[in-house]
Amino acid sequence: MTVFSFLFYLFAAMAVVSALAMVLNVRNTVAAALSLVVTMISLAAIYVLMEAHLVGAIQIMVYAGAIVVLFLFVVMLLNLRQDAFAPGRQWLVKSGAALVGLLIGAQLVRLLATPLPVAPPLPEGFGGYRAVGIALYTDYVLLVEMASLLLLAAIVGALILAKRKIE
Amino acid sequence: MVPIEHVIGLSAILFTLGVIGVATRRNLIIVLMSIELMLNAVNLAFVGFNRLHPENLDGQIFVLMVIAVAASEVAVGLGIVISMFRNRDSVDLEEVSLLKW
Repeated sequence: MTVFSFLFYLFAAMAVVSALAMVLNVRNTVAAALSLVVTMISLAAIYVLMEAHLVGAIQIMVYAGAIVVLFLFVVMLLNLRQDAFAPGRQWLVKSGAALVGLLIGAQLVRLLATPLPVAPPLPEGFGGYRAVGIALYTDYVLLVEMASLLLLAAIVGALILAKRKIE
Repeated sequence: MVPIEHVIGLSAILFTLGVIGVATRRNLIIVLMSIELMLNAVNLAFVGFNRLHPENLDGQIFVLMVIAVAASEVAVGLGIVISMFRNRDSVDLEEVSLLKW
């Protein structure tokens, strides 16, 4: 086993364990958000291992740096440290929902029975800021503009929703 | 290089965990986090398939767009959480059942 595959399986195990810790954590919402940070950082490391350097950097900056901090900010603002909901209600519904989720996962894994081609060698500069930037601002410039409009709409929507009273 | 099947398998496992989180949890903030987990799983699949076809960068561009959509979704979702907490003093999904049959 090479160093590369060892690192991949290490970060994959970290991502799965911390995602489990996030989903199954019924006591502490802050700890769940911190588990989500570990998942995001492991995924960023996997992106870097797969030569998607820019995506890995943006994953850390936007997800671990902005989105999860926003989650933590709201959890602490609302003082939700203890998840006070009564556990044990609706066990039937919950186990049914978990079963449906597991079935979906089994179907997704079953699709992997068909073998995929082996990854070809990469061209020079693949996944770096230069290649991604050129693609982003030539072929996909309309997509960038649409993303900026979407972010503007999200800012206005969040302000309107969280504002106490609109004069 | 690990086989791409393992990358896609990891993506499927993370997506399943996200589905289970959305379906079983009642804390609205945890549900939003599970949605983020599902979006991340899809991103991982995009990057993996892009590794199979490195002649263009479509997969990574799509990942950047998904990240932009996820950021705006979190901003609006947490705005909804705050206004819901202000009106009902709780973020329990069982308490918001006005549109439920």
